Amino acid sequence: MSDEPYILWFEHCDHAQIARVGGKNAGLGAMLRAGVRVPPGFAITTDAYADFLCHSASREQLQHWLDHLDPDDLPALDQASRAIRQWMSQIPIPPPVERAIRMAYERLAGECGVPDLPVAVRSSATAEDLPDASFAGQQDTTLWVRGASSVMLRTAICWSSLFTPRAIAYRMKMGYGHGRVLISVGVQKMVNARTAGVMFTLNPANGDRSTIAIEASWGLGETVVAGMVTPDNFLVDRICHAILRRTASPKLLEYVPDPVGQRAEMREVPAERQQCLCLSDAEVLELAVLGNCIEGHYRRPMDIEWAIDADLPFPANVMTLQTRPETVWSRQPPRRVVTPQPGALDYVVANLLAGVRTRKA
Amino acid sequence: MTSNGQFPSPFEVPTPEGCEGWEALYPYYYLFSPERREFEEGKFWFQDGMHHPEPLYPFDTITCESWWVALGEYNSRVFIMPPALGIDQRVLNGYLYISANALTDNELIGQRVAHFMERAGYYFQNWDSLYERWKQKAEGVIADLKALQVPDLPEMEDLATVHAGRGLTSAYDLLEAYNRVIENMHKMWHLHFEFLNLGYAAYLTFYGFCKQAFPDIPDQSIAKMVSGIDVILFRPDDELKRLAREAMRLGVDTVFDETVEPDAVIARMQATPAGQAWLAELEASKDPWFNFSTGTGFYHLHRSWIDDLSVPCVGIRTYIDKLRQGAELDRPLEAVRRERDRLAAQYAALLPTDEDRQALEQQLGLARTVFPYVENHNFYVEHWHHTLFWNKVREFGRLFVRHGFFAETDDIFYLHRFEVSAALYDLIASWGVGTPARGPRYWPERVAQRKVLFERLKQWSPPPGLGEPPEVVTEPFTIMLWGITTDSIQNWLHPKQTGENGAGLSGFPGSPGVAEGPARVITSVEQLADIQDGEILVCPITTPSWAPVFPRIRATVTDIGGMMSHAAIVCREYGLPAVVGTGFGTKTVKTGQRLRVDGNAGTVAILN
Repeated sequence: MSDEPYILWFEHCDHAQIARVGGKNAGLGAMLRAGVRVPPGFAITTDAYADFLCHSASREQLQHWLDHLDPDDLPALDQASRAIRQWMSQIPIPPPVERAIRMAYERLAGECGVPDLPVAVRSSATAEDLPDASFAGQQDTTLWVRGASSVMLRTAICWSSLFTPRAIAYRMKMGYGHGRVLISVGVQKMVNARTAGVMFTLNPANGDRSTIAIEASWGLGETVVAGMVTPDNFLVDRICHAILRRTASPKLLEYVPDPVGQRAEMREVPAERQQCLCLSDAEVLELAVLGNCIEGHYRRPMDIEWAIDADLPFPANVMTLQTRPETVWSRQPPRRVVTPQPGALDYVVANLLAGVRTRKA
Repeated sequence: MTSNGQFPSPFEVPTPEGCEGWEALYPYYYLFSPERREFEEGKFWFQDGMHHPEPLYPFDTITCESWWVALGEYNSRVFIMPPALGIDQRVLNGYLYISANALTDNELIGQRVAHFMERAGYYFQNWDSLYERWKQKAEGVIADLKALQVPDLPEMEDLATVHAGRGLTSAYDLLEAYNRVIENMHKMWHLHFEFLNLGYAAYLTFYGFCKQAFPDIPDQSIAKMVSGIDVILFRPDDELKRLAREAMRLGVDTVFDETVEPDAVIARMQATPAGQAWLAELEASKDPWFNFSTGTGFYHLHRSWIDDLSVPCVGIRTYIDKLRQGAELDRPLEAVRRERDRLAAQYAALLPTDEDRQALEQQLGLARTVFPYVENHNFYVEHWHHTLFWNKVREFGRLFVRHGFFAETDDIFYLHRFEVSAALYDLIASWGVGTPARGPRYWPERVAQRKVLFERLKQWSPPPGLGEPPEVVTEPFTIMLWGITTDSIQNWLHPKQTGENGAGLSGFPGSPGVAEGPARVITSVEQLADIQDGEILVCPITTPSWAPVFPRIRATVTDIGGMMSHAAIVCREYGLPAVVGTGFGTKTVKTGQRLRVDGNAGTVAILN
């Protein structure tokens, strides 16, 4: 693979490659290597993007839009962003890059046995997933992309996501050169998600690391990530591998593949499924196994996107899509549970004096 | 409780219709009274449904009085528990209400800490040797009780009394025997609380630490980390398994296919040599293991296996069925031990600092030291001792029947212990003088009236609390021993509705898992036989001796109970979901209703 500069299959991605494939792709690769199921796919490296920019010989063109731009002038930012993104989606991709992407896509489709394999095309930024640089505005995801030409177009659009108004303003304020921030793209087999959502390898409500919290809704996970539905909620005791809590919520919307178009569409969830739990106990527990495995790999609490594939049998249908370090609780300095006491009796006294902590039923 | 979310004052609660005069059933100090009204109204009282869901039989108040004294004095006078004195008691309309006596003066609490450290520290340091001595003391008290003779009053004293120059008579012996029986009860309860408060304090310290570090940790995981491997409370049930195996080995297991009625089982067994061999095994199990109450042991009515073999016979048949299906009945002790160490290691690994790991190790060590007592004392006190105690009191009951005081042996339980003492004087005086006693003309009518009164009291629903509830429950013993928390009081005041159609209950998640099935509401031991396979048991509280019904049911819901309740422990043992401490389970659910019991969330949904 090393002789192919533009493509890196997920199983060859790892965190050493983060500058070439971005955080998301590196994360997927690391998971595969750790034995965690993820849908197959490949990264289009930052080299591809860099060559695209160079080949189009249009840094001057970019500078024309960006020079003298005031990052606080929102209408001007917006206008420049639109012009740049429009332009980037139309200029041709350099033939060697195009060839590499097409070959990789066809190989993937062949391996999956699905002609015009639906894939997800995602930006994979080289900075956004780092634990200490979690900032929004550099994400672009297109789902249910079919065919090499469509993949190519969506790749260019992903690249252009570096030029959203927010991203431009951010770079200007931080003093980063526009041409120096690179982006990778991930192309991954679409999971035909019956149910999807997110999972934290701790309880986000209280930081309890002995539990895994799962949020789930029908269809693709975007509804959960974007907060468009109130998801079902599960809490799993990871030590005893038991479900502590299941909370069914009214899940009104689902994002599902449009059988005709090359896209997914939002639709109302039929009434009879709205209130049902969208995961079986076995699926919840299998997710917890994956969560444990992922945390064991990264040795820290993690935030995981996952899906249940409608086309595959259990447990092969339980897949993780993305992982990133949990940032809310993990950023807090370790806090002692108790004030240290000289001996067991001192703890008894302290406890008697404090009143006994009880669990809310 | 009243509609405005407050509990009534004990002085506002009306006497149920037809129950006038109930106060005469109890000693004067047990009643809410005008002389102490201000004090009594200023406290929060809750009904001790955990131990006494039914009205107190006058004689049976002795168990309450015994712990009233013993629990209190070990806190306030022996170990100088820093923030807590005793637990006060009152009876209202026959029901026991209790109130914690917490200390709030920080200076005073501070002074008590040093004494507590010295005294409790001594016990914790020498726990194992003191506990060994405790077992000997407890068995000694039990042996004393067994040895007590309840003599009858002869027409003429034996000649030996004269020849030996004894100087004492049967009347004196009778009086002494009664006093010894009463003292014996108090002695046993003193022993009970010699260790209990310290044991719970140590366990609850560890519990609190776990909850602080891992807010979602299930109570049962905490218990698993400390629980003993060889738990005496499981021993009676283990004996049933042994007897099931013996029945199969001897080829007499088919007897249980024909009947589980104890007399019929014994008659069939006696008919064959193999059956007789099995009966010998049964006798070997009975003492002491069948001194196992089918209730809490606090009531004379809660008969033990040794008094009535119905529950053991059903249990033996269940185990025979399982053995025939090839089931493994033994508790996997090695797996339990490994699991207990695995849990401790995994939780320790997730702690944020090394200091916390050290704290866990210290607290877990102490909790494991004290836990055998916490787990096992019930067998010695409430089961073994109380079985013998109630039967010893029945010997006095029979004596009174012979002398015309009562129509039936158990009538004695409708007199409180001072009245029995008075009746004994009446009896021995009349015997000594040779004149008629007043008792035979006095008690039969009164006992009959009391029986009617008592049935009416049983129909009354006591409010769960009286008086002003504290904003926050911090008194450790209320929480530790009764599972009363700020939340449970709020739950009593504003019952939560769960379940799909708004009907349901919530409580503590006692044992994990989810089950659906028809409800069987059991409010007294005699109804246990009604349980059908696959039902969900709904009851005020369960006790370990109900173990034989657990293989038949799908889940358990109790009114009362917390993390340490028997229902929770036994359900974990059997892998059944349990929701404990729902407050109103037996009042809300009707037998036959379909329930969904979620032992993870602590909720019960009524599905129809």
